[in-house]
Amino acid sequence: MSSTLLQTATRVLMPLLLLFAVFLLLRGHNEPGGGFVGGLVVAASFVLYAIAFGVEAGRRALLVRPSTLLGIGLLTALLSGVPAVLGGRPFMTAQWTEIGAGPESIALGTPLVFDAGVFLAVVGVVLTIVFTLADVSRPEE
Amino acid sequence: MSSSALAIAVVLSPFLALPLVGWLATRRDPAPVLLALVPGGLTAYFGYTYFRVAAHGPFVVARPWAPALNLSLSFYFDGLSTVFAVLIAFIGTLIVVYATRYLAGHEDRGRFFVTLFAFMGSMLGVVLSDNVIGLFVFWELTGFTSFLLIGFEHERPAARSAAMQALLVTSGGGLALLAAAILLMQSKGTASLATLLTTGGLASDPRYVPIVSLLLLAAFTKSAQFPFQFWLPNAMEAPTPVSAYLHSATMVKAGVYLVARMTPIAGGTMTWTGTIAVIAVITMTLGAVRALLETDLKRVLAYSTISALGILILLFGIGTPAAAAAGVVYLLAHACYKGALFLVAGAVEHETGTRDASSLGGLRQTMPATAAAAALAAASMAGIPLFFGFIAKEQFYGAVQLAGAGGAAIGVLIALAVVASTCLGAAGFIAGLAPFFARSQTTPSSHDAPAAMWLAPLGLGCIGVLLGIVPGLAAGPVSLATLAVTGTSSAVALVLWHGLNTTLVLSVVTLAGSVALFVVRDRLWQITWPVGLRTERVYSGVVSGLDRVSRRIAPALQSASLRSYVLTVIVTAVALVTTAVATGGVLPEPRRWTPVHFHEAVLALIVVAAAVSAVFARSTMAAVLSLGTVGYGVAVLYALFGAPDLAMTQFAVETLTVVIFVLVFYKLRGFGDLSSRLVKARDAAVAVAAGAVVMTLVLFVGASGTTSRLAGYFADAAPHLAHGLNVVNVILVDFRGFDTLGETTVLVTVAVGVRALLLIGREKRS
Repeated sequence: MSSTLLQTATRVLMPLLLLFAVFLLLRGHNEPGGGFVGGLVVAASFVLYAIAFGVEAGRRALLVRPSTLLGIGLLTALLSGVPAVLGGRPFMTAQWTEIGAGPESIALGTPLVFDAGVFLAVVGVVLTIVFTLADVSRPEE
Repeated sequence: MSSSALAIAVVLSPFLALPLVGWLATRRDPAPVLLALVPGGLTAYFGYTYFRVAAHGPFVVARPWAPALNLSLSFYFDGLSTVFAVLIAFIGTLIVVYATRYLAGHEDRGRFFVTLFAFMGSMLGVVLSDNVIGLFVFWELTGFTSFLLIGFEHERPAARSAAMQALLVTSGGGLALLAAAILLMQSKGTASLATLLTTGGLASDPRYVPIVSLLLLAAFTKSAQFPFQFWLPNAMEAPTPVSAYLHSATMVKAGVYLVARMTPIAGGTMTWTGTIAVIAVITMTLGAVRALLETDLKRVLAYSTISALGILILLFGIGTPAAAAAGVVYLLAHACYKGALFLVAGAVEHETGTRDASSLGGLRQTMPATAAAAALAAASMAGIPLFFGFIAKEQFYGAVQLAGAGGAAIGVLIALAVVASTCLGAAGFIAGLAPFFARSQTTPSSHDAPAAMWLAPLGLGCIGVLLGIVPGLAAGPVSLATLAVTGTSSAVALVLWHGLNTTLVLSVVTLAGSVALFVVRDRLWQITWPVGLRTERVYSGVVSGLDRVSRRIAPALQSASLRSYVLTVIVTAVALVTTAVATGGVLPEPRRWTPVHFHEAVLALIVVAAAVSAVFARSTMAAVLSLGTVGYGVAVLYALFGAPDLAMTQFAVETLTVVIFVLVFYKLRGFGDLSSRLVKARDAAVAVAAGAVVMTLVLFVGASGTTSRLAGYFADAAPHLAHGLNVVNVILVDFRGFDTLGETTVLVTVAVGVRALLLIGREKRS
C-alpha cells in the first residue's frame, strides 16, 4: 500500500510537523502548547511516516528505539527536579536563570527540562504502542 | 559536609557502595575480597563511636525530612546500639571474606553481594535508628533482603517457599511494628527513641496494651519465637554465609534488640515481663530439645539458635541490670560460637557435599584447621570453662536465680534453663565435634577448606577463648550496653571464678548432661517431634485458606473484561452522584440559557449525529471514523469556548486514537453482533443515564458560579512565581509538576505493559 501522493505529502509535512512540535514545546510556557501536545505531534508525524512508507521505514526514521525514549524521557523529567535538591530546596522546586538583559531577556528554567522529558516520554509511549501494534497486526506469512 | 551528615553517610555506606559492590564482586579473584573493606571500615567507625559514647554519653545525628509528620532520618548512638553495630559490622567482615570463597566462581555472585550489603545497611539502620518510623522501614528492609537471600537459589522450589514463608511471617510482624510506632507517636507526641527513653509513664496510657502486643508480635516473629519459630529452620535453604549472618548472628537478633530497646520504654509491668517470660521460656526449651532430634547440621544450629533467641529475649525482657548484663554477654558469646559453627557447617558441606551429622565423621584428618575452629566454637557453646560461652552461661544462671518471681516459678525457670542449656551444649557437640571427631562413616574429603573459609570461624573461636580467659575485656561494652538498657549504671563483674556456689553446680550438671546426651545422639535421632507442636501447620492452613478465598473472590472482581470494568465504573459514578444530588438538596438554580450561535448548534448536531452513527455502525471503519468525528467535534468546541491547550491536545489524541483503533480492529476481523438484545438494552440505559447525569451537573454547577480562589491565585502567581503566562502549562509543569511526573510514569508503565502483552500474545500464537 504505497501512495505517491501520500509519500510526497509526507516528505513535505514531516519536517514542518517536527518543527511545529518543537515550537509548541518551547512556547508552551507563555502560549498554548507544551511538552505533552508537542510529543503527540511528533508521534503523529512518525505515525504518518509509517503509514506512508511502512513501519520499518518509520522505525528507521526515528533513529532510536521508542522504548529508549521512554526511559530517556522519564529520566529527564525526574532529573529536572534534582538541581533544586542540590541547592537545598524541596525536590522539583523550579530553578530559573535569566539569559540576556532587559526586555529581550529569556528566562530558562528546570520546568522546560521537565517539559522536554514529558515530550520525549510521550513520543516514546505512543510510538511504542503503535509500532508494536503494527508489528502484531501484520498478517502472518 | 557537617559531621552529622557524615555520620549518616557512614551508616548508609553499605547502600551507597552497592554499585561498587556489584562491580567488584564479579571481578576475578582475589579482587572480591576487597569488599570486606566496607564492613571492616564500619567496624572501626562504630568502635570509634563506642568510645565516644563511653566518654561523652549517647548522641543523636539527625537530618529532618518531614518535621511536621515527625519524620526524620536520625540515628541514635548509645551503648546498646553501638555494641550491636560493631557486632553487625565485624561479623559482616568475616562473612564477606568467607563468602568470596564459598561462592567463588558462582555466576550470580554480584547479585549475592549486592543483596548482602543491602541487608547489612538495613540491619545497621534497625539498630541505630532513632526515629521509630525509620526503625520500621529498616526493619522491613531486613525482611525483604532476607527474602532475597533465602531465595538466592531461586530455581529450587524449596528455597522459594522458604523465602516466601520467612517474608510473610516477619513482614507481618513488621506491620505490627508500624502500628506500634504510630501508637507510640500518638501517645507520646514524639517519634524519637532517645526522647521516648527519657519520658516514662507509658504504662498508664490507654494504648499501652495494644502497643505492647504489637511490639511483642514484631519481636517474636522476627526472632522466631514460639509459635512463629518454624520459618527459621526452613530459612536454612539460604547459602550458608547467609544463615550464619542473617539467621544466627544479626537479623534474628532484631527482635532481641527491639525488646532490649523497648524494655525501658514499655517494660516494667507484668503485661510486658510476663508475656515475654512465658513465650521465651517455651521457645528456649522446645528449640533446644528439638535441636537434638535433627541430623542436618544447619537445622541443628537453627533450632539451637531459636532456643538462644528465647534466652536472650527472656533476659532482656526481665530487664534488671543483672539480666540485661547477662543478655549482652550471651549475645556476644552466641554471635561468636554460633556464627563460627554455621561457617564450619558450610565448609564441611563445601568439601564433602553433605551436612548430615549421622553420616559424617573423622574429618579432622583431612580438615584440621576447620576442625580446630569447630572444636573451639563447640566448647564455647557447651559452656566449658575458659571459653566465653562458660561466662555467658554463668551470667544467665545467675540472672535467672535473681529474676525475682515467686519460689515455685523460679524453680521451674531454673530447671528449664538447665534443660535448655544442656540440650544446647549437646547440639554444639553434634555440630562441632561429631563431623570431625566421631568414627569415620563416610569418605572424608581429600583436602581442607580454603583458608578464607576456616580463618573466619577460627577467628571467632579464638575470640571465644580470649574472652573466656580474660572476660574483663568484655566488661566495658557490657556495662555500657546495660546502662543503655536499664538506665542505671552498675559495674558488671565478669570473672572466671565466682567461687563454689549454686551457679557453678548448675554449670557442672549442664556440662555432664550435654556430654551424656551427645553420647546417645544416635538414639535421639530416632525420635520424631510431636505433631501437636508443629505450629507450621497453622501457617500452612492460613495461607492455603487465603489462597482459596482469593481464588473465589478474584474472578468476580477481576473479570478481565474491559466492558464490565467500564460498566462498573460508570454505574457506580452515576449511582453515587444521583444519590448525592437527590438527598443533598445541593442543586442551585439552573443555569440561565445563553443565546446559541448557529455554528455552535451545527457543531453540536454533528457531534450527536456522529455518536449515534458510531453506535449503529455496521462496519469497523465506520465506527472508528464516527468516534473520531465525535472527538474532533468536541475539540472544536474546546477551541470555541476558550480552551486552546485542551483543543490542541484533543486533536492530536483523536488522530492517534483513530490510527490505534484501526490497527487493533484490523486484527479483529469479525465485527459482529456480540451482545444479546437484553445486554444492549442495559448498556443503552446506562449510557443514557450517564449522559443525563453529566448534563445535569454541567447545567447546574456552571450556574452557581465559582467560589474557588485557585483560579485567581494561579493566574496571579504564574507570571512572577513561575515566569510563565500560560497558566495551564505552568500548573502542569511547575505548580503541580509532581502530579505530572506521576502521570508520565503511569504512561510509560502503560506503554511497557501494552508492548509486553502484545508480544506475549504473539509468542503464544507462533
